[in-house]
Amino acid sequence: MALTQILAMVRKDLQVYYSDRRSVIMSFVAPIAIASFLGAVTGGRGAPAEPAKIPIAVVDQDGSTVTKAIVSAVQADKSLQVTTPTAEGAREAVKRGDVTVAVIIPAGFGQASGLAFFGGGAKPDVSVLYDPSHRAEMGLVRGLMTQHVMEAVSREMFGGGSGRQLVDQTLQNLDQNRMPDGQRAMLRELLTSAQKFYTQTPETETADRPRGISLPYALIEEAVTSGNDVPYNGYAHSFAGMGIQFLLFAMIDMGVGILLERQRGLWKRLRSAPISRTSLLVGKALSSSVIALAVLLAAFLFAGIVFGVRVQGSLVGFLAVSAGCALMAATFGLLIASIGKTPGGSRGVASLAVLLMVMLGGAWMPTFIFPAWLQRVTVVVPTRWAVDGLDAMTWRGLGIGAAVMPTLALIGFAVLFGSLALARFRWEEA
Amino acid sequence: METGGRLADGPFERHQTAWLASHAVDYRQIYVDRKGFRFVRSIAAIRRCFPAFRRKLPEAVDRRETMTPLMLDIRKLRKSFGDLVAVNDVSFTVAAGELVGLLGPNGAGKTTTVSMITGLIRPDSGAVLVEGAPLGGDTDPKKHRIGLVPQDLALYDELSAYANLRFFGALYNLTGKALDDAINAALTLVGLADRGRDAVRTFSGGMKRRLNLAAGLLHNPDILLLDEPTVGVDPQSRNAIFDNLEELKARGKALLYTTHYMEEAERLADRIVVIDHGRVVADDTLSGMRRLAPAGVAGAHVSLEAVFLSLTGRSLRD
Repeated sequence: MALTQILAMVRKDLQVYYSDRRSVIMSFVAPIAIASFLGAVTGGRGAPAEPAKIPIAVVDQDGSTVTKAIVSAVQADKSLQVTTPTAEGAREAVKRGDVTVAVIIPAGFGQASGLAFFGGGAKPDVSVLYDPSHRAEMGLVRGLMTQHVMEAVSREMFGGGSGRQLVDQTLQNLDQNRMPDGQRAMLRELLTSAQKFYTQTPETETADRPRGISLPYALIEEAVTSGNDVPYNGYAHSFAGMGIQFLLFAMIDMGVGILLERQRGLWKRLRSAPISRTSLLVGKALSSSVIALAVLLAAFLFAGIVFGVRVQGSLVGFLAVSAGCALMAATFGLLIASIGKTPGGSRGVASLAVLLMVMLGGAWMPTFIFPAWLQRVTVVVPTRWAVDGLDAMTWRGLGIGAAVMPTLALIGFAVLFGSLALARFRWEEA
Repeated sequence: METGGRLADGPFERHQTAWLASHAVDYRQIYVDRKGFRFVRSIAAIRRCFPAFRRKLPEAVDRRETMTPLMLDIRKLRKSFGDLVAVNDVSFTVAAGELVGLLGPNGAGKTTTVSMITGLIRPDSGAVLVEGAPLGGDTDPKKHRIGLVPQDLALYDELSAYANLRFFGALYNLTGKALDDAINAALTLVGLADRGRDAVRTFSGGMKRRLNLAAGLLHNPDILLLDEPTVGVDPQSRNAIFDNLEELKARGKALLYTTHYMEEAERLADRIVVIDHGRVVADDTLSGMRRLAPAGVAGAHVSLEAVFLSLTGRSLRD
C-alpha cells in the first residue's frame, strides 16, 4: 500500500466533505441540537426535574366520608393533577385528551366498600375511563387509586363513625351469611375485637397516628451512577445515541459519494492510476473513519462544555469504543457503496437501515422498555453495542473492562461490513 | 469495392492464414468478395503484406518503422459480457508522436477497449503492451506511462483546480516541488494558470474540459488516452484543446483519441482505427481511408464520414 496515495485520498475526502455545508450541518449541528432536546426531556443534568403530573378526573357520585377522603388523597398525590367534573364532563375530557384517566366513584360506594372490606357484601363497581394512547399511565393511576382507596376505606372501617356502624351491622347479619362455620366464627371474633377497640379507644386518641391499612414500608430511593456525589446526566445518553445516529448518516453521504464518483467518471480516473484496490478501499475507510470520529467527539465535546457530560469511566475505554464506532460506521459506508446502484435509491434505503439500527440500538429510547425477546435480539445490532459502550464509559463510570466487549463487537461488525463490501464491490466498469 | 465475407476456412486458407501470421499481418484484413476474389481491404495491411509497395507508394508510410518507438501495442483484445462479445480480437498500435483516432458507432466497443487499456476492465484474452512490455495488474509501474482523459468531467467540483490536480498527481506518487511544478505546467498548458485557486464549480464547460485534460497529463505520461475530450465545448475551447494535443504530439506523446466527430479525426489523426461490432474494420491513414470509400465517390475530397458510413452501415445502433 502506498502511503502517499492513501493520505492523498484521505485529505481529498476531508476537503470534499467539509466543503459541503449541508453535510457539515447535518453531521455536527443536527446531532447536538436533537441530543440537547432529548437530554433535557429525559432528565437533563444533575437532579432529575419534577416529573410531569398525570392529568386525571375524579367524579364522586357518593359524597360519603370515605369517598371524600379518597378524593382528598388523590388530590394530594404529587404524581397526579386532579379535576372533579361531572361524569359526562369526565368522559368528554378523556375523549378530547385533556385527561388521561377518569375515575367515576358511584353512589353508595362508601357503605358498599365497607361491607365488601369485611368480605360480607358485594363489591361496588368503580368505572375507569382511559385514553388508549396512554396505557402506561393508566397502569400507574390504577396502582395509585388502589393505594388511596384501601387507605381511605380501612381508615374509616377501623376508626370512623361509619366503620363502627358497619361492624355492628355486620355482626348482627353474620348468622345470615353463607360462609363456612369455622370462617364465620373467626370473623365474629375479629369484629367483636374491633367493637372492643372502638369502645375503648376514643376517636380523638388516634387522630395523630394513622389508622387502618397503610403501606408497610418506606421507600429510600437512590440513583446509582458513577459515584456517590455524581448525579445522572441525561445528556450523556442522548449525545451517545444522536452522535451515533448522525455519524451513520455522515457515512451514508460517504457511501453515496463513492457512487457519485462512479457516476461522474472519477472512479475511472482513480482506477486508471497505479493504485491497488486495497489502497483505494483503505483510503476511503480511513477518511470515513476520521469524519465519523470527528462527528462523535465533537458531539461529546459540546456536551462536556455545555451540559457537563464527563467520561466518568475509563478515557481509554471511551476512545476505544468511539474508534470502534467510527470503524464500524466507515465500513457501513463502504457497504452502501458496494451494494448501491444509484445515489438516490441508495440514500433512501441506507437511511431506513440507519433509522432501524439506531431505534433498535437504544439511541432514541432505552432498550429496557423493549419486550424481553427484542432486548435479546438487539445484540445483533451494532448501534446497541455502541450506545451501551458509550453509556458505560460516561455516566455509568465503569472501567476499561466494560469497554472491551463493545469495542470487540464493533470491530467484528466492521470486519463483517468490510468483507461484504470487498466481496460485492464492482471493480470493473466499461 | 464492397466487402464480402471473411477468409474461407479451407486448406489453402489455413496455409495462407499461417503465412499472414508469420508476417505479422492481421488475418482479419483479408476478405473474399462475391466472386471469390481475395483482397486486402486496408492499405496499411497491403503494405504489411507486401513490403515492396512501401517504395512504390511514397505517401504510404509505415509508422511501425518510421515513428519508433512503438508506445502502445494492442494485441487481440477480447472481452465478453455474458453472451455479448463487446470486443473481439481488437489489435492496433500507437507510436510515439502519433495521434490515432479510434472511431466507431455507439456500442461498437471503443470505450470497452479504452477501459481495458487503462486497466478498468480485465480482458478475457489478448494483451496491452506498453513499449513492448505487457501491462500487468493495478499497481503495475507501467501505468505511470498512461494518462486517461475520460469522457466524463472527472473532477471534484467542490475543490479548486489546484486541489484537484494535487490529488490526481499524488495518485501517481508525485509530491512536493515535483507535484507543484507538474500542476503549474499542466495548468499553463491548458490556459488555466490564473484560475488554479478557483473552485471547479465556477468553471465553464470548456474550462472543465481543459482541466480534465490537464489532470490526465499531470504525471507526464507517454501515452494519453482521450475519450471524446471535446464533448459539449464551444469552438474556442475545442481549438484550444486541439492546440494542446498538437503540442503533445510534437513532444512525442502517443495519443489515442476516441471521438464521434469525423472532422476532429480528419484534422488531428495521423491514423484512424474504425471499430464496429467489437472488431477493427479499418486501420489506415486518412488518405488510405478515403480509398475505402464506396465506388464512384472515392477521391481526395471524399469525407471521412462517407467512408465511416460505408464501413459501418447506416442502421441506428442505439
